[in-house]
Amino acid sequence: MKKRSLALILAAVMLLTLTACGGGGNKPTSPAPSTGADARKAANEINVGIAQDLSSSLSPYQLATAGTREVMFNVFEGLYKADATGDFKPALATGYTVSDDGLTYTFTLREGVKFHNGAVMTAQDVIYSYRTCASDSVDSSIKKILENVTDIKEDAGKVVMTLAQPNSDFLAYVGSVYISPAAYTDQDTKPVGTGPFSFVSRTVQDNVVLSRFEDYWGEKAKLSRITFKIFENATALVTALDAGAVDMVAHMSISQVKGLSKDYQVLEGSMNLVQALYLNNNVKPLNDIRVRRALCYAVDVDKMLELTAEGHGHKLGTSIYPAFKKYFDESLVNAYPHDEAKARELLAEAGYPNGFDLTILAPSNYTPHVDTAMVIAEQLKAVGINATVQEIEWNSWLTDVYQGRKFEATVCGFDASTLTANALLGRYESTSAKNMCSYQSAQFDAFLQQASSITDDAKRTELYKAAAKCLSDDAVNVYLQDLADFVAIRSTLKGYEFYPIYVMDLSRVTY
Amino acid sequence: MNFVLKKLGTLLLTLLILSFVAYAAFEMVGDPVNMILGTNASAEDVAALRESLGLNHPLLVRYLRWLTGFLSGDLGNSYIYRIPVSGMIGEKLGVTVILTLMGFALTLLFSVPLGIYGARREGSWADRLLTVVNQIVMAVPAFFVAILLMVLFGVVLRLFTPGSFVSFAESPGAFLLYMIFPALSIAVPRTAMTAKMLRSSILGEMQQDYIRTAYSRGHNRQSALKTHAFRNALLPIISFMASTMAEMLAGCIVIEQIFSIPGIGRLLMVSISNRDIPVVEAIVMILAVWVMVVHFIGEVVGEMLDPRMRA
Repeated sequence: MKKRSLALILAAVMLLTLTACGGGGNKPTSPAPSTGADARKAANEINVGIAQDLSSSLSPYQLATAGTREVMFNVFEGLYKADATGDFKPALATGYTVSDDGLTYTFTLREGVKFHNGAVMTAQDVIYSYRTCASDSVDSSIKKILENVTDIKEDAGKVVMTLAQPNSDFLAYVGSVYISPAAYTDQDTKPVGTGPFSFVSRTVQDNVVLSRFEDYWGEKAKLSRITFKIFENATALVTALDAGAVDMVAHMSISQVKGLSKDYQVLEGSMNLVQALYLNNNVKPLNDIRVRRALCYAVDVDKMLELTAEGHGHKLGTSIYPAFKKYFDESLVNAYPHDEAKARELLAEAGYPNGFDLTILAPSNYTPHVDTAMVIAEQLKAVGINATVQEIEWNSWLTDVYQGRKFEATVCGFDASTLTANALLGRYESTSAKNMCSYQSAQFDAFLQQASSITDDAKRTELYKAAAKCLSDDAVNVYLQDLADFVAIRSTLKGYEFYPIYVMDLSRVTY
Repeated sequence: MNFVLKKLGTLLLTLLILSFVAYAAFEMVGDPVNMILGTNASAEDVAALRESLGLNHPLLVRYLRWLTGFLSGDLGNSYIYRIPVSGMIGEKLGVTVILTLMGFALTLLFSVPLGIYGARREGSWADRLLTVVNQIVMAVPAFFVAILLMVLFGVVLRLFTPGSFVSFAESPGAFLLYMIFPALSIAVPRTAMTAKMLRSSILGEMQQDYIRTAYSRGHNRQSALKTHAFRNALLPIISFMASTMAEMLAGCIVIEQIFSIPGIGRLLMVSISNRDIPVVEAIVMILAVWVMVVHFIGEVVGEMLDPRMRA
């Protein structure tokens, strides 16, 4: 009899556990046992949720992924540093002079700058950093620029760099060459820089911790500690936010931020990406400009934005996004207004009156790209093109599509690693290894060549704009949008600013 | 003795085949070099890294290298993080094993009383209700239970904070509290299945001739069930529990993702998409050993309960 009642009790307990959901109100929402949010506020620290782990090496010259660069922006600095408006401000240098022929740059170093390990920065550190970056950088475009530096030496506490060719974008790259202490060898695992935050620890696939650098040369960071927590699973990331385990998450979609509680405010910025339906200009029938133009006319970008992001996002017309104010050409945005009749006409002219089959690859880990591809495929069907979307794993995308160029069309986004037109346009040069679309245009190449050797800034800008127009005229790709970037941040936090490049500056964030 | 040797032989052969299949499968999907270096790297950098990781050698050479290392106790280094795999797995394995054991304990705790109760009171309203609930719960996959539990207890009731896993070393209490809900989500569907099996197994035994004999010797239904049917009914359950144990570890792979628990399941998922072959191989080996071992234990326990099974 005893056993029987025990069994009954246990059964009841189990049922209760299962049905507790239904009742819901058996306990009022009692004071939540520490989501930790208050404790974090008291300790002046925040947790930031990020969607992927940082690169294996944290060395300033090995920051391979955009996600790593955006975090380490808080740790490393160059002689100059981009600010939120896209201007380059003196950082570890207080100023520079450039000779009349544009070949010699002389940087005056800021005095008394300390590294996170306590060492004082010297001209030798700067020279070491430039040499290491030139030989080891994982970014081939920076390597290429530094190849152009034939000599770097110290001169009475100043650093003098000699260029083989003048390059008025040089300062933008100076912002990307981070300075590290010459004698320090543990950069891969225990990075040391001069930034407002110093690196504390990293637990692989779990978290990265930074803390305020008290000896920072400039205005010190407000927060005393930041923990970046890694959530590879999007649902887990949003739930962690809902539950209060993290205080801030960037790069969210409109649907993810809509259901958030009042504890959070949502800031809208731009991803700073060129999202496009990228076309392989080297395969039939996409090698025919009439077909590519037909695709441009067939795609209705406004409708796509409406369907995928409730209208958020900035339309583009070429491989330049609006944050590049200097080069952004508003007139190209509507170079190919939505016109199905015209698209059909062009297709017929090119010999495809009944359309053709098109496979659009979309990297499966980037939901926005997949969503966009789905909508575009439907729009293409309306003009007779039988488009199908195939999701592809990121690593396969990198290997087969980006490196192997084995694709017809793909939806993805390219960012700019530096604030230079070249960062966005360079990949279309005929000989570029990054020329995924296999675009070949003597005229485009000529524009870029001229632009890189000219010192007159206004003329250069014109040349880059002309090059960008080539991409639109030749309908190289169907340029879509710079995606809206939603940042969910605890309402009690303020001071977060968006940059025109893909970085997450937390030095001004404060409770 | 012979029996153990035979088991061991099967285990080793399985491991050998499995490890090669895993290695060969990755041959088809490519290596991690492009992912490590990103989109801005030059072709020379890619080639150099491939060489430094030893990826320029043919598949068989790489596999044999890995195998000799593995046999001498060296799991190798992660391609992505360049640190020893053993160090990456060590602590994470503990987390997953605890999660599995907790899930298993909860399953036992709930399913055995429920199964017995259902069999005893066959046909009663309580039994019928249990059967219906069981049927529904069985149809709900563990990951969905996980999401429900997380939203209910994490977001609405705030009994724990999803996404703020605390390691055992930091605070055993907070660790266990956090692990209760993931453990429940893997336990719930399995509990339903086990209870249902136990119930029908007992009822099956109750139809046997020896129970009729027991009745004729003066036992009533309760005591016949207790002294005769229950033990026999347990036998099929034991082997089912062994496969439960195996499946729970596999279930952890999904549950760890949802609850953001740094166990080997999450490590496995990330390592697969990272093409981090040394890590994947090590975890696959662990999973295989686990499956073999729990089945072996299941057999031993079965024999202890039933002298007829002793060879």
